[in-house]
Amino acid sequence: MSRILFKKEGRAKFISHLDLMRTMQRVFIRSGIEIKHTEGFNPHPYMNFAMPLPVGTESRCELMDFVLLGGAQAREVPARLNASMPEGIRVLDCWDEKRKFKDIKWLDMEARLFYDNKVSPTQALRDLYSGEHIVIEKRTKRGSAQVDIAALHGGLEITEAEDGAVLIAARLPVQEPALSPAQLISAIEQLRPDLRPDFAAYRRVEVRDSELRPFR
Amino acid sequence: MTPKLERILTRVQKPARYTGGEYNEIVKDLSAVDLRVAFCFPDTYEIGMSNLGLQILYGAINEDPGMWCERCFAPWGDMEDELRREKIPLYALESGDPIGDFDAIAFSLGYEMAYTSVLNMLDLAGVPVRRADRTALTPLVFAGGTSCVNPEPMADFIDLFVLGEGEELDLEVLRLLRRAKGEGWTKSRFLRAAADIEGVYVPSLYEPEYNGDGTLRGVTALDGAPKTVTKRIIEDLDSAYYPSRAIVPSTEIVHDRVVLELFRGCVRGCRFCQAGFVYRPVRRHSTEFLLEKAKSLLQSSGYEEITLSSLSTSDFKGLPELTDGLLEWCEPRKISLSLPSLRADNFSMGLMERVQRVRKSGLTFAPEAGSQRLRDVINKNVTEEALMNSCRIAFEGGWNTLKLYFMLGLPTETDEDVLAIAELAERVLHCWRQYAANKARGVRITVSTSMFVPKPHTPFQWEAQVSVEEYLRRVKLLREAINSRSITYNWHAPDVSLIEAALSRGDRRLGAVIENVWRDGGKLDSWSDYFSFERWMGAFEKAGLDPDFYAARVRGDGELFPWDVIDVGVRKAYLARERRAAYEGVITPDCRVKCMGCGANCLLERRACDE
Repeated sequence: MSRILFKKEGRAKFISHLDLMRTMQRVFIRSGIEIKHTEGFNPHPYMNFAMPLPVGTESRCELMDFVLLGGAQAREVPARLNASMPEGIRVLDCWDEKRKFKDIKWLDMEARLFYDNKVSPTQALRDLYSGEHIVIEKRTKRGSAQVDIAALHGGLEITEAEDGAVLIAARLPVQEPALSPAQLISAIEQLRPDLRPDFAAYRRVEVRDSELRPFR
Repeated sequence: MTPKLERILTRVQKPARYTGGEYNEIVKDLSAVDLRVAFCFPDTYEIGMSNLGLQILYGAINEDPGMWCERCFAPWGDMEDELRREKIPLYALESGDPIGDFDAIAFSLGYEMAYTSVLNMLDLAGVPVRRADRTALTPLVFAGGTSCVNPEPMADFIDLFVLGEGEELDLEVLRLLRRAKGEGWTKSRFLRAAADIEGVYVPSLYEPEYNGDGTLRGVTALDGAPKTVTKRIIEDLDSAYYPSRAIVPSTEIVHDRVVLELFRGCVRGCRFCQAGFVYRPVRRHSTEFLLEKAKSLLQSSGYEEITLSSLSTSDFKGLPELTDGLLEWCEPRKISLSLPSLRADNFSMGLMERVQRVRKSGLTFAPEAGSQRLRDVINKNVTEEALMNSCRIAFEGGWNTLKLYFMLGLPTETDEDVLAIAELAERVLHCWRQYAANKARGVRITVSTSMFVPKPHTPFQWEAQVSVEEYLRRVKLLREAINSRSITYNWHAPDVSLIEAALSRGDRRLGAVIENVWRDGGKLDSWSDYFSFERWMGAFEKAGLDPDFYAARVRGDGELFPWDVIDVGVRKAYLARERRAAYEGVITPDCRVKCMGCGANCLLERRACDE
């Protein structure tokens, strides 16, 4: 099994997961790199993504698996794929890998919160997120549940960026009970609606295993 | 991308259609560019990006190093609301720059129901919709495309029309614009000079006059402009620009595949078909050219499907050689080949097997009329025997879904003709029962009807469209005659067809109607989400015009038509002859059996038609 690490940034963050799969399929064809197809009535290239990326979220830590055929070497993959990529998607690395995606435990992410007509409430947000218990309503497929995000996250830092945006960097669990970036930020809406930002932009930074090592 | 736009895009549906940045888009260094062109398609990204003409002309214009042609599509309603709220002018996908600042805004007008979107896009760009209100040379607003064979309904909004094929013509117009811009010409000086380019129609240089009964009395060509404008063609297709690389959308579009154009024009002469007349004479690409282009397009796009495009694919001379050559390359690469526009009469087993080898898709036949009598009237020379033969081959080959397309309201149609559609569908079902390879899987036969729209430059351009009520009566008649559960009947809404009919044979006065509709909120009228019959009827009333005058009126033999100023090659006298033949039920053989002298061959200077 081969794995690529790629980033998806800028305009490309608006490409949906389904469209990304189509795009990757075509990128392989354009690059002339042969990969294994599924068996069956309607064969399609076998590609496995670690965690589908929501539309509008940037990332520099996306992982995707596939099986190389035709003697291509992992080390030549990034340059060949990048030559055929649409703007904003870049393969950073490719290697042979056996580890399963289920070993990913943590996601390091950043949220940038923008306030248009007021000073960024950086300190108020620090106060909110440093509480001993931060209980929010989390909507799931089975209904909604109360969760304490203070007990879930693996570290959280709030700073103010040069452009005045509030930067929240957090380490979030990706397995049940998982906490998504949007859920983390929903604490503001739920607990301090007065601090609700005018816009929030998300970015995935790194994925880690249970030992907190970057998942490679 | 500006932060404002970025925010908007997180709120709208399918944002990837508004970002640009797709693979193979063309980006140029502005310091080396002296003419900026926005190629606008007045429909959604998914529709527009599926348009072969756009891909061809985008590449052709960008071949000129000093010109940068970018793309622009009509936003869906949610995006439009956001753009207007945030006061972001309509922008081109490649650069993100407002198209109102460009030198030229070019619209592709393929169908009448896109007209209101032209006005809406100009308005979103901050450009006055009426040409009279645009006094500066730039942005020049011009348009081309099939529906421009009657440019008059859009004449109030468009500075100039390019008629026929644009590979050379568009560049001639743009080069003249570059010169005019460099030398500081006025807009009127430029337009007068542009009118001397063959294929250019400048509406401000033509003044229509009307009779008391509303018909056209005459058209005065001003300032020495040519009395008629002859459409342009590319005589040798292989020598004209055809892309080797296609822009690959990052989001799914309607025709998400490589499109290979085999030939232009059609040898058949179906009397209802506008494309069959206005794209004449017949000219083809060579098989070698097509195989070469197919390979480079597939390789550079990564598409896994290629489709052959033309008005009647099975009439392509050398189709077996072409499909064999394509499959030889496609099969090992798991690329599938699809062949639309097959005729039911020469649909051969061999051809079907070729398509089937990689992936099996649905089959569609368009007999257009149910009875042989009416098929003879419209010159759709498909016999029932040939159709049944094709169906048998298909069913034996394992196909079990079949679509049959018909029109209701064709000239001379009687109730017997309508009922014959049901009988034909029954016989197709019976054919399946007799020959199906696998009956256990069942069969699905879909019958679709639409209301016939008489079009300019066809033998039926004199005909009246049936009324909406009459169409619905015939629909009911047919619906009640279809009893089998294996046959599904769909009918298209007639109110859109009525408006389409009024617009397609409209005159310049319809500009007021189109503008009324747009001011009343009309746009994207080919989408049922947006089309409002009441809005159109209200707009006609406000303009003091009656849609039936345009749609439901039989024209007199000698009537002057608004589109007579446009010469598409086929002569009006020939169309009149074809109309008489229709009423006599006399069929006209296809061009390869006998040249009937339509006149389109006069557009060729060096070679013969269909060579």
